[in-house]
Amino acid sequence: MQNSSFDEHEVLHELKHYLPEQASLKDFIHQNTLQAFQKLKFHDALHRASEMFGYKVSLKLSEFRSLYDSKKIREDILEKVIIERKGASALKEWKEKVCSGKYSMHSPPRIGALRSNWKRQYHIDMDSLVQPVLFRILCSYLDQGISIWNFPVKGKSFLESMREIEKVGLSSFFRTKRAKKYLLDDNCEIADLLEILIGDESLYKQYLFDQQFSHMGWSGMVSVVETSPSTLLDTKKISVHDLVVFELLMEIDIMDYNFGKDWMPLSTKISERPIDLFADVHLTELREVLIIWQEAFEWSYYDQVLAGIVSTSKATNHQQVQSKTFQSLFCIDDREDSFRRYLEKADPKCETFATPGFFSMEFFYQPEDGKFYTKVCPAPVTPKYLIKGSNNKEKREQDVHFSKHTTSFYSGWLISQTLGFWSALKLFVNIFRPSISPATASSFQHMDRHSQLTIENKDPKSTENGLQIGFTVAEMAQRLEGMLMSIGLVKDFAPIVYIVGHGSSSVNNPHYAAYDCGACSGRPGSVNARVACYMANHPEVRKILAERGIAIPTSTQFLGALHDTTRDEIAFFDENSLTVTNRENHTINEKVFAKALDNNAKERSRRFELVNSKLTPEKIHDEVRKRSVSLFEPRPELNHATNTLCVVARRSLSKNLFLDRRAFHNSYNYAIDPDGKYLLNILRPAAPVCGGINLEYFFSRVDNQKLGAGTKLPHNVMGLFGVANGIDGDLRPGLPSQMIEVHDPIRLMIIVEHFPKVVLETILRSPETYEWFINDWVKLVVVNPETFELSLFKEGQFYPYEPLQKKIETVLNLAPLFETNIDNLPVYAIA
Amino acid sequence: MTTLLPFFILLPFAGFIISLLIPAKNEGLLSITSYLTAGIHWAGVTLFTIYWFFDGHTVLDHDYVTLYQTTDYDFFIDFYFDKITAVYLFVGSFLTFLVTIYSRYYLHREAGYKRFFNTILFFFLGYNIAVASGNLETMFIGWEILGISSFLLIAFYRDRYLPVKNAVKVFSVYRVADVGLILAMWMSHHLWHENITFSKLNNFELVHHQLQSHTVIGVFIAMMFLISAAAKSAQLPFSSWLPRAMEGPTPSSAIFYGSLSVHLGVFLLLRTFPFWEQQISVRVLIALLGLLTAIIATGIARVQSSVKSQIAYASVAQIGLIFIEVAAGFDNLALFHFAGNAFLRTYQLLVSPSVVSYLIREQFYNFSPHARSIEESFPKKMAYTLYILCIKEWNLDSFMYRYLWNPLKWLGNKLDFLTLNRTVIFFIPAYLIGVLCLGISDNLPDFVVSKLPIFFSLIGLVMVLKSFTERKVARLSWILIIMNHLWVALAISFNEHFKYGQPVIYLSGIIVAGALGLICLYRLRSIEGNIDLDQFHGHSFKHPKLAFFFFLCCLGATGFPISPTFIGEDLIFTHIHEDQALLAFFTSLSFIIDGIAIIRIYARVFLGPHAKSMYEMAYRSS
Repeated sequence: MQNSSFDEHEVLHELKHYLPEQASLKDFIHQNTLQAFQKLKFHDALHRASEMFGYKVSLKLSEFRSLYDSKKIREDILEKVIIERKGASALKEWKEKVCSGKYSMHSPPRIGALRSNWKRQYHIDMDSLVQPVLFRILCSYLDQGISIWNFPVKGKSFLESMREIEKVGLSSFFRTKRAKKYLLDDNCEIADLLEILIGDESLYKQYLFDQQFSHMGWSGMVSVVETSPSTLLDTKKISVHDLVVFELLMEIDIMDYNFGKDWMPLSTKISERPIDLFADVHLTELREVLIIWQEAFEWSYYDQVLAGIVSTSKATNHQQVQSKTFQSLFCIDDREDSFRRYLEKADPKCETFATPGFFSMEFFYQPEDGKFYTKVCPAPVTPKYLIKGSNNKEKREQDVHFSKHTTSFYSGWLISQTLGFWSALKLFVNIFRPSISPATASSFQHMDRHSQLTIENKDPKSTENGLQIGFTVAEMAQRLEGMLMSIGLVKDFAPIVYIVGHGSSSVNNPHYAAYDCGACSGRPGSVNARVACYMANHPEVRKILAERGIAIPTSTQFLGALHDTTRDEIAFFDENSLTVTNRENHTINEKVFAKALDNNAKERSRRFELVNSKLTPEKIHDEVRKRSVSLFEPRPELNHATNTLCVVARRSLSKNLFLDRRAFHNSYNYAIDPDGKYLLNILRPAAPVCGGINLEYFFSRVDNQKLGAGTKLPHNVMGLFGVANGIDGDLRPGLPSQMIEVHDPIRLMIIVEHFPKVVLETILRSPETYEWFINDWVKLVVVNPETFELSLFKEGQFYPYEPLQKKIETVLNLAPLFETNIDNLPVYAIA
Repeated sequence: MTTLLPFFILLPFAGFIISLLIPAKNEGLLSITSYLTAGIHWAGVTLFTIYWFFDGHTVLDHDYVTLYQTTDYDFFIDFYFDKITAVYLFVGSFLTFLVTIYSRYYLHREAGYKRFFNTILFFFLGYNIAVASGNLETMFIGWEILGISSFLLIAFYRDRYLPVKNAVKVFSVYRVADVGLILAMWMSHHLWHENITFSKLNNFELVHHQLQSHTVIGVFIAMMFLISAAAKSAQLPFSSWLPRAMEGPTPSSAIFYGSLSVHLGVFLLLRTFPFWEQQISVRVLIALLGLLTAIIATGIARVQSSVKSQIAYASVAQIGLIFIEVAAGFDNLALFHFAGNAFLRTYQLLVSPSVVSYLIREQFYNFSPHARSIEESFPKKMAYTLYILCIKEWNLDSFMYRYLWNPLKWLGNKLDFLTLNRTVIFFIPAYLIGVLCLGISDNLPDFVVSKLPIFFSLIGLVMVLKSFTERKVARLSWILIIMNHLWVALAISFNEHFKYGQPVIYLSGIIVAGALGLICLYRLRSIEGNIDLDQFHGHSFKHPKLAFFFFLCCLGATGFPISPTFIGEDLIFTHIHEDQALLAFFTSLSFIIDGIAIIRIYARVFLGPHAKSMYEMAYRSS
């Protein structure tokens, strides 16, 4: 039984906790969709979420069974999982249940049960009567620039705005007087309104959950804007409280309109109380079967990865090559996995590293003429620095098709008579010869490559809106030291060290921000790369670094670059700063990059059914470039799909493994970090960032309708901050089906190269990081750097792990595999 | 040259049939068939038009097939080619060609890939029939195909709630347009005493002569054209359907509701212009309607905060202006404007997802918190009032409900005492008596004979009303529809003596479709249990074949041009005398409602979120 007293503040707080937390489209950042349940163990959390909200939280039973039949789930692993969970004696019984038991799938969720009584008791479809108008009002209030005549009341909170517009206007959103009067008189305590509608105080909380979760997309957006208003450039004052009040008023209005004033509160009509939303859940046998399948599915993959690490590591020379042609730093992003592999193949004497793509440089960026600051560092960080751009050379092109004049009366008349025919031509050309247009969201637009940046701060008083403009030399050195130490690049510098950020280009893609660098808050990493290079080239900074033991030879130069992961193109910045020798070196290296990019495009193309992967890498690369600017291509690239691993280790641990672009990599050398100081700095963001990406893909894949955004083909852009289906639909947070269809829902496994004892001590130092591991939202395995023995983190301790699979296949030439396989490939050793 | 005209119909028809036969897995072949169909068509139209233009651009008209003929009735298929046809054909096949290529990639891996291309080709067929038609009957065939294919495309995501709901909504508006056309056909039969072709309408002498003696009939027919055109082109008071039709994949919204489908009302006006050219009052009315729509829709468009609804209303406003141009007799300008608007809106819809990155970038560099639109200089009271009205779309969306469907539902609900058994028990003896009366009608007093048809058609209307509002038993609703047709047939039989052949033509399709449909419903009920009409069941999820078969039955029962009923429907109306306004009213009203009732049964039983597998279904609100 629920507690009968209603505490508005507490209920709203809890409501916000459960609502989707996805920010507006421009700030799309991946995060765990079921964050609200993260205090619970993974499987318990999923079960609870499923019972409460009706989410599907794993693949279907039939999907698991067919994976088993096709040997993608291994029998020995399945048996091992059953024995671990149920004991050896129950193996036969549970294997039977798992493989051929029959279960009923139909169990209605708890959410919505109370509210469905409107229809049952009053024959009234509350949702269809309230939502279309409510959504339109919300969207108009929050709109960022689609409407030409935008919300007429400015600068006031949502409820105040509605009050004013209702007070002054002659027409009304309400059909009856009472609700309008309540609004105008500011007589709208949530509890009072609920008393009219529901009557029974013990049901208030559940009703509000039912109400807000009947359109969780909109409620979630309101909640996000309330918490972080800067997610909208044109900021708005709205809160879940305001939304709830207004919606309750609309509901009262509907009831008054249909039943006069004499209707009774809903609770008086209900004979049977609906099951409490927050009541305990009980594990069903079906759920247990699905958990076993999930674990078996995951371990069928993990096991071969671990087998690969054990078998290749022992054979690898972990000593570094002494003379290097160049070194290159990338983002930890899984999309750079194969690019690094091809670079190393094209030039065996180069060396690659990976670190989060903001390169430890946290700041706001403001390009010339920019009216706002853009945060380019991980979302939870609030930087104190500002980097400003100036001297732009490139012009922003405009496209009149997006112009507001096409909607107006007379200019619309002129435009449709003239521009209309131009549109026909443009459409024709774009379909047969796709090319970059102003409609394209291009990663290279983020920063004009010829612009200048104010990176150095010589006077700490130089600030703007509380932000320090640029970094002082000491601040630079501190950041750079941290980054270089964490990736283990402290000596043997090559003549050129590239720092390569990444971004993405696409067209017709409202989710474009999700394709850019997550460590830069969904922006390309170009500014960060340039800033980091400036610092590393700064003589004063180098002096300080040398004092701290990182001696960068004067002949070494850092060069910033941006890798476009969709087009597989690279742009280098400030090439003029190179010395004559290094310019020659750079010319050679550029060819290496170009070759690696071609090969990378070829490997990526195996997933694109409409590209012929048998062509030469150069031809395929052209096709890949074309698809990034094709209006009709809903999959310009596959982004993080299929990600499952995060390797925190020296490159040598995974260099000879083919991981099929499924792994995040963070370079890390245990030898220079005996007590795990830098490891903590790596794991603290890696768990939420990589884990967040992984889990968002996970949940969008298993329930694309309720936790994902469904297919993107009918999406309609709402107010520039969200997408919905049609014009009356709820906002659709989560990932569209085109992004997740090839993804296997497998939790992230973080593999750390260090001693188990150090790793355990390290993760215990940060409770919020520890929560990810102890509650099993990500798996953690430690590789002993000396013996290459594996330890698995379970229930707070490390246990030795022996892979069931003993050997993995070695492949001499990967290319033929890409020409014929579209599905996930197994882990191979690369000869 | 006229012999080449049917090519423009046969080609899409062939493409459509071929696409039906290709297995759903073969995406490549499906899309190739589609874009080749449209591409060859486009090339053909272009060459044909060029040749025709230099060959003296005379109007082509040819009567191809006679489907049914009696002494005073001739139902024939006629094709016609003039500059209006040329422009519509060209724009239609050009855009269809581009959009099919576009969709080839865009819909890749989408469930329903085949369904999408089938429907596009079906639409393309209907569009070409409509714009190349030489008489109202032929146009009506195309018109009907467009209605059905629109329904199918809006409800493309058939397991979500909103697309299905909106598809039924749009279908009901289209049904109004259909009946407008039927009534126009009915009256023109009486006006001309033949199935008039458009080329004859161009004969000024003839039209002028006829209209002078029949002003009221002339105005009536023109009004019916206007209602049809306004409904199809989303003019007032029907405008709100257009944004709600944007539920399918973006390219289908672009081609249908952005460009082709929505301009067919304009086509109807252009085509029938010679008919109402002399009726100044009608021209003024059309221009006023266009102007009012343009003003209201512009206002609504300006407050839209979602990109597709903004484009939709902007398009509606432009079509309002085109109405004015047509009414003013500027047909060349109207055609030019149509083509421009169609291209522009198609492109705008196709690039609409790009709006986020583009406008956010613009906002980032050009934002000014003080940017003002013109309305902000209005007095506050006026501005707020207008703003609320525009956001609420001037209540247009509830308009149809409030003034048409709700009164009908209220009436239907009064008939709750009709249960399945009672209905059958009442029907059999009552109908037998009716048939008996028909047999002895020569011996009945004239007064009775003249009232009986009205009485019987009223019973038919009651049946269909009940069917439309039935909340529970799907089978009852279905049976009532069939009964309605029987009553209509009986009613009309009194008008002409002993022409049993014609009611038989009319009923043949309905009886077969009705019986088969009933079997489908019984079968589904025995498998699934509850198929009550008070909710969506989404049974196409598990029974796609049965759903398709039942859909064919629905088409048969609505008098779709796949059965002789289609001709019968037209025939029935020719037998309603021009002075039997009440009979015409009842019959046409039951035609409107029965189409909607049938689609409602199909939608409720087979579409929407599947009632039994909630785990793969989207939320109702999404």
